[in-house]
Amino acid sequence: MQIIQPHYHAIARTAQDYERMAMSGVVAVAEPAFWAGFDRKYPETFLDYFRQISEFEPTRAAQYGIRHFSWVAVNPKEAENPVLTRDVLKHFPEFFAKPTVLGVGETGLHKSTRNECESLEAHVEIAMRHGQLVLIHTPHLADKAHGTKRVLEVLAGMNVDRERIWIDHVEEQTIRPCLDAGYWVGFTLYPITKCSPKRAVDMLEKYGTDRILVNSSADWGPSDPFTLQECILEFRRRGHSLQEAIEVFHNNPCRFLGQNPKFDIQPIRIETVTGAAVSA
Amino acid sequence: MLTPSQVVDTYFLESRHQLLEIAAYLDRYDAAVARAGERNGEAAADEKKLAVLRRALEIVAEPKPAAERTVALLELFATV
Repeated sequence: MQIIQPHYHAIARTAQDYERMAMSGVVAVAEPAFWAGFDRKYPETFLDYFRQISEFEPTRAAQYGIRHFSWVAVNPKEAENPVLTRDVLKHFPEFFAKPTVLGVGETGLHKSTRNECESLEAHVEIAMRHGQLVLIHTPHLADKAHGTKRVLEVLAGMNVDRERIWIDHVEEQTIRPCLDAGYWVGFTLYPITKCSPKRAVDMLEKYGTDRILVNSSADWGPSDPFTLQECILEFRRRGHSLQEAIEVFHNNPCRFLGQNPKFDIQPIRIETVTGAAVSA
Repeated sequence: MLTPSQVVDTYFLESRHQLLEIAAYLDRYDAAVARAGERNGEAAADEKKLAVLRRALEIVAEPKPAAERTVALLELFATV
């Protein structure tokens, strides 16, 4: 099995996770910028963080044969400081020029405040202006339905390329409006607080596999990068073929992330080789 | 030992997760029945396990049960 982990906070994980991911077939990860667990105070703190995930993390991942890509953003929780947000956003074009940075993320909403919505709009605007991809975080638990609705409202008021926008952390109550609006969506698999592997497979079976990404996020909180592999096992256990699994867990990330030419991993197809002839 | 408030707060998210898994299981069954119906198939031949599960959920939801819920469930599950 070849797997791409499209949303993974490597900075918060040990090398052992890279090693075990490599052993289980993960060939690439993409690391969005996220909340550190406290509100950063200085623009330079963000810039050094972006440097860490765009310059150092690829070298750490490479030791295990894993390609590493990243995104830049000011997290929704930190959007309550609009001056800081603006000061950090000014530097985004420098990072868009880096060889493994794919776009803006994870932006999005937490409590759907006015500052958060304005920050989301500014993030999406700069991404569209520079031809970048966008990864949007939707709120957790009780805030999710309202926050997702607000995300869709903000985006509907902008001139965006919906194929280049990924709305993450969708669940059963939010997936349909996001797919119907033409965006990519992501299922984030957490042990307790977000979607689970079984529920993710239920949604894949109900909505099909187009424009769907599956990830385990995996950060400094209760999380497990191998919920992605659990999901693959559940998917296969229900009778879906290896190629169908590859379509979801490798090729869909290629299709979305590959819209940025820096992500040069191509979709793959499994072939059966019989004797000297190759048959599809 | 935990106070009542600590019990509520400590185990709420975990319990929420477990209930969502059960809800998803029942939705998954309904979806499978719907697919089978489209192919002129039928529901599961024996829905006793589902009936037991639904009775278990009633016991779990009881605010002032006569006996411990876990004991009642274990005795109920012993019938399948």
